[in-house]
Amino acid sequence: MFKGILKEQTIQVGIGFVFIVVLLGTFILPEWMSNNFMYGLSRGLAVLGLMILWRTNLVSFGHALYYGFGAYAVAIAQKYLGVTDVFLRILIAIAAAGLLGFVLGFILRRYREIFFAMLSLAFSMVLYGLLAKAEFLGSTDGMSISPSTMFGFELGRFGLFYFIGFVVILSLIFAHAYLRSSLGHLTTAIMDNEIRVEYLGYSVEKAIHIKYVISACLAGGAGGLMAAALGQVDPDSMVLWSVSGELVFVTIMAGLGNILAPFVGAIFFEFIRTYAYEFAPQAWQMIIGGTLLAIIFFLPGGLWSLFQKINPFKKEKK
Amino acid sequence: MATTEILKTTNLQKSFSGIIAAEDINISVKEGEIIGIIGANGAGKTVFVNMITGYLKPTSGSIEFNGKNITGIKPREATHIGVCRSFQVSQVFMSMTVKQNLMIAMSLSKKSGSALLDPIDDDILSKECDKILKQYNIIKQKDLVVSTLSQGMRKLLDIAMAVVGNPKILLLDEPTSGVSVEEKFGIMDIVISALKESGTTVLFVEHDMEIVERYVDRVMAFYQGQIICDAPPKQALKDKKVIQYVLG
Repeated sequence: MFKGILKEQTIQVGIGFVFIVVLLGTFILPEWMSNNFMYGLSRGLAVLGLMILWRTNLVSFGHALYYGFGAYAVAIAQKYLGVTDVFLRILIAIAAAGLLGFVLGFILRRYREIFFAMLSLAFSMVLYGLLAKAEFLGSTDGMSISPSTMFGFELGRFGLFYFIGFVVILSLIFAHAYLRSSLGHLTTAIMDNEIRVEYLGYSVEKAIHIKYVISACLAGGAGGLMAAALGQVDPDSMVLWSVSGELVFVTIMAGLGNILAPFVGAIFFEFIRTYAYEFAPQAWQMIIGGTLLAIIFFLPGGLWSLFQKINPFKKEKK
Repeated sequence: MATTEILKTTNLQKSFSGIIAAEDINISVKEGEIIGIIGANGAGKTVFVNMITGYLKPTSGSIEFNGKNITGIKPREATHIGVCRSFQVSQVFMSMTVKQNLMIAMSLSKKSGSALLDPIDDDILSKECDKILKQYNIIKQKDLVVSTLSQGMRKLLDIAMAVVGNPKILLLDEPTSGVSVEEKFGIMDIVISALKESGTTVLFVEHDMEIVERYVDRVMAFYQGQIICDAPPKQALKDKKVIQYVLG
């Protein structure tokens, strides 16, 4: 699966990109700006998951379900098991979201288009309702997350940033290996022609299910990282429909052209939001909406299409 | 020619909301035979193909393949046991290149389990793919996106994708429909010679009687959901019922 993966241009560029972002964030930029990079990288994982689904024409309006589930898994593991180790936290977040995705996947894999999108939203709203009512999980106030540790030592902000960079690189490698495989190529094949895929002897529902679990794991991982970075989880900022909307928003803004696009898009989004809120606190949503409109009109392939026009790996779509 | 029976249907019937699309279809096909299925539009030819390949579940009757009952089988299960098909309207991956289409078909037929997570473009598969593209005379178009190809090219690709699964029996639904007159015989020459070479049993739906006469061992003529004639081409095309209801 991973044969020769480090020699692939997308991965080499991806590793370089993450290194630059982490270096900028830890040594050069002020903290507020550095936070945008850290949150952007973390949230980018969830957007990568959405992008993988989107390439099959499946748009989830409820991916905050897994994002929030991963975040709450970290909070619950800390509260009831005392888990603060960052490796364990991310593994728990990914496993919890993956398991939920596996179970719900049996239902969702049968639906397409708007039905898939709205059913995803419905599931996320069920979780939102449960979390908002669950007093033992802090209800609408949520739960606080203690600083992460590694091998018993507190990680600190910089350490967490490096760890996020490490997780992002691993995710890029995994996503690229998946998309270049036979199974990954079914991503586009299913979008083009489900009947042919069935007649080639592979179950379309199974392929979608696998893709859905991968997507859920990525979103769960993103939620786990964000929980560790923010030090707080609550239903409004982790599971509400508007969080799912933001993820869809960033996916459109980033474009589907490359696995790096979600991270570029997510960081761009963090900056747009920060500046919009800074300069127009009463109308920041309007600025964000205007940005999306401008991208749809002038860059229909998303921000990544801009890179494709000016960089040498424009034909590579992995 | 081998004489082993490969496909048998017994009292096969399909109806949609009470309207009978196919009834009392009893056929026996021997290994290696090439059979032409003819009939006017709505005669039940495609319904028959769809039932054999699992796209439609018969209302009643049975289908046996190599002595095993396969009635109501799912399309992918049909492919796994060696019953493959092409379509009246080419079912290919339009946004991909010709080679990518065939590579997907080949890797799904040759790999399973965790091997499906290996990179799709390995050298051995790629060389084999080029060989097939050459055999089907679409090697020059291998890097073109399928949506830019002519109908004829798409038909060839569609058939090539069905053939790479090493079918024991192949059902071709109107392989030359939408193809220009100049391309028709070229396509059929390529397809039939490739299939004869592999000993595949072929059933193909066709409207062009010149093609039927030239390539098939046997003709099945459909009219109003029933088979009205099952005979060698010379005999079938002179049959009174066939002339009246099919050739018109």
